[in-house]
Amino acid sequence: MEKTKSAIFDKSSLRAYVMIFVLGLIWLYFHWATNYIFLTSRNLSNLMTQMSVTAILAVGMLMVIVSGNIDLSVGSVLGFAGGIAAYSLTTLEYGLPVSIAFAIAVGVLIGIFHGALTAYLNIPAFIVTLGGLLAWRGATKWLLAGNTIPISNDTFKMIGQGNLPATIGWVLAAAAILFVLFAAYSRARSVKQYGLGEANYGAELLKAILPIGAIIAFIWVMNSYQGVPIPVLILLAVALLGAFLTGSTTFGRYLYAIGGNADAARLSGINNKRNILKVYALLGALTGVAALIFTGRVGSASPDAGTLKELDAIAACVIGGASLMGGRGTIFGACLGALIMASLDNGMSLLNVKDYMQDIIKGSILVAAVGLDMMGRKQS
Amino acid sequence: MPLLEMKDIVKEFPGVKALDGVSFTLEAGEFHSLVGENGAGKSTLMKVLSAVYPAGTYEGEILIEDSPQQFRGIRDSENAGVAIIFQELSLVKELTVGENIFLGQEPSKFGVINWSELYHKASTLLRDLHLPIDPRVAVGTLGIGQQQLVEIAKALSKKAKILVLDEPTAALTESEVETLFGILRKLKADGVGMIYISHKLDEVFEMSDRITVLRDGKTIATHDAKDLNKAKVISLMVGREVGDIFPKVEHELGDTALEIKHLTAYSPENPGKRLVDDVSFSVRKGEVLGIAGLMGAGRTELLMTIFGAWQGTFSREILVDGHSVSIDSPADAIANGVGFVTEDRKRFGLILEQTILDNMTLAGLRTISGKMLTNRTKEMMAARTPMESLRIKANSPMTIAGTLSGGNQQKVVLGKWLLTGPKVLFLDEPTRGIDVGAKQEIYAEINKLAKQGLAIVLVSSELPEVLGLADRIIVLHEGRVAAELTRQEATPEKVMAAATGNN
Repeated sequence: MEKTKSAIFDKSSLRAYVMIFVLGLIWLYFHWATNYIFLTSRNLSNLMTQMSVTAILAVGMLMVIVSGNIDLSVGSVLGFAGGIAAYSLTTLEYGLPVSIAFAIAVGVLIGIFHGALTAYLNIPAFIVTLGGLLAWRGATKWLLAGNTIPISNDTFKMIGQGNLPATIGWVLAAAAILFVLFAAYSRARSVKQYGLGEANYGAELLKAILPIGAIIAFIWVMNSYQGVPIPVLILLAVALLGAFLTGSTTFGRYLYAIGGNADAARLSGINNKRNILKVYALLGALTGVAALIFTGRVGSASPDAGTLKELDAIAACVIGGASLMGGRGTIFGACLGALIMASLDNGMSLLNVKDYMQDIIKGSILVAAVGLDMMGRKQS
Repeated sequence: MPLLEMKDIVKEFPGVKALDGVSFTLEAGEFHSLVGENGAGKSTLMKVLSAVYPAGTYEGEILIEDSPQQFRGIRDSENAGVAIIFQELSLVKELTVGENIFLGQEPSKFGVINWSELYHKASTLLRDLHLPIDPRVAVGTLGIGQQQLVEIAKALSKKAKILVLDEPTAALTESEVETLFGILRKLKADGVGMIYISHKLDEVFEMSDRITVLRDGKTIATHDAKDLNKAKVISLMVGREVGDIFPKVEHELGDTALEIKHLTAYSPENPGKRLVDDVSFSVRKGEVLGIAGLMGAGRTELLMTIFGAWQGTFSREILVDGHSVSIDSPADAIANGVGFVTEDRKRFGLILEQTILDNMTLAGLRTISGKMLTNRTKEMMAARTPMESLRIKANSPMTIAGTLSGGNQQKVVLGKWLLTGPKVLFLDEPTRGIDVGAKQEIYAEINKLAKQGLAIVLVSSELPEVLGLADRIIVLHEGRVAAELTRQEATPEKVMAAATGNN
């Protein structure tokens, strides 16, 4: 048996590097085209805040897509959960903690409901969630009686608009760097511990340099404006959770197995139905979180909040390399996909590109990205 | 003048010479078999002939009735009279038999299909082949054997002069094989040249005029069938004299490991139909129990029902080590020490786009890694033992399973189940479609596992395999136990008689 290749150069990482490169090109172009305002800490801060809702949805959506399913209802569910939070806070005056809990609980319950219909009643996910797309939008309009409910609670608004003090930002950065170093150390050690070879501390340290640099640059840029935006902080937590679930848990492995070959997974003792139920519940919870950020940022709940968000989330996953057939995709890719989409939105708005033109360009880029991906795959 | 002549065909893939100067001729009305281990180049040669690899992507010459051919695509080769029936059926299950036969060549005017002509032609064709199949039923409702015959009818509708059959009998019952061979004999008499690829040497010898052996992309020999015998062909295929494929190994039998009482399973599509009907049996530690029977006798259904994976209704009692257990899901079965190397590795066994490692640790993940968290390093260590003992040929455990040869894929599936630490192991068609060398390795592994005290239940359609490996054989016929034979009693004739309900 050969020893495994260094993880830096395997195929999926190569893809990630290509995407980062493309993102870099997009950024440089916009920076130049906007007379050097795109890559300012202020604009990057706004950009990251703008992408957070889509990216959080994309993390949950990625896991659903990996399992071979789809959810078209997240935009409507986001609207409904936001509506519930605002209704409970402003109209019923239940207080902030209860309202937050309601929004997330509603997301989870709807997720369980959709998951159960899909997994246990064998109704195709596309149909269940297409129905959900219509039904939950209707429920939102009904709940809000067609009106917009404003949020007056400043703490709630903080969820969508607040920033971390600079000091806390640096403390978090330090903690993150320590964690990266510890992970590198234990990876190198485990190789030796299990007798698979010599511990190569140097190589692992080398691999840790890039993430450490990214952490420092990120905090520095964010702190040069108003500090790390709270939505971005939540997104980071969600993305880490997603990466952990997909990469380091049996649940995550089972999602890839179910999406890759449902029969083989079932016959290997995996409870496909229960895992599909779980992944929908998880997406529901994340939709609840996204709803809180969205509502907090806008400062109100409206009947059409979240419209088309499901398509943004799916597009982010697909641009990030996920296969709608299931079994393939990464959290990192989905987040990068969301960042690319948000960069296009932000850059084109700065350039005053007409609304309709933005849609045409975004649609074309989505199709082109997947087309290039397919061509690359065919060659290998 | 030969009907077909392929001269010095060389086909290279990046890094591999799949065909290295292969020459092959076929006469009109000849039945010419092409044999060789998997990877010997048989399928590649046929893909060159059918222009799946078009002219220009290979070197060498193809002549049909002495005129050189430059096929640019499958249409060209079809027009020249070449028809191929691939291993995997290429029928559209939702369309009717008639629609499938004329798919792409529908009788039509200005794009409007003449349905009565289509079905009239289809019935004529089927009648000529003596196939009692209604051209208006959906292909998906037919059995796999009948689908294969429809595929042949489709090939013949194109007026094929050269018919290539790639493992056509893999999924057929004995009687369907006879029907097929009857048709092939008739075509032979009509002057159709046939190229037949098969691992089943009995069939090859029953039908062939000539046999060509390929090995490592080269033509090793072409002989008249009457000048060869099976041992000779096998030695040409593997390049060495093969001793006894089934070394008689005496197994030491222990206590009863698994006992099944009164197992009945109903069809999920047709809830009144019993696919398995009141079957009881037991298997002891260290014993290999063979389950023989024709396709549709209920063998796979029996194993699936024990394993908790049957999708229809059922009733049964299961005792493991003498204790009654309840198995409601594959997870329960695994927890009770039952492993199941399922049939059809691509469909039920592997996640083809994932690595060897991911596939191997899938079933035993919770015991290998931990209940909630996975641990790559532990997985790597666990997978090392079966990778070495099964001699899986791959660069690393991170090789994608789909890129492996059939034999190595099968070993990965076997390794997956060994990693669950089974006490009882079910093997359903463990050597289908894999080469002789890999087969022997799997036979040796089965004997080794039995020696280690595993109870093994082996389902196989290959009679010599069951006779050669099993200590005891249960023969199923239409869902019931038709005979139970010890190794000493069992003969091919007795097993076949029971399997066809003639005992």
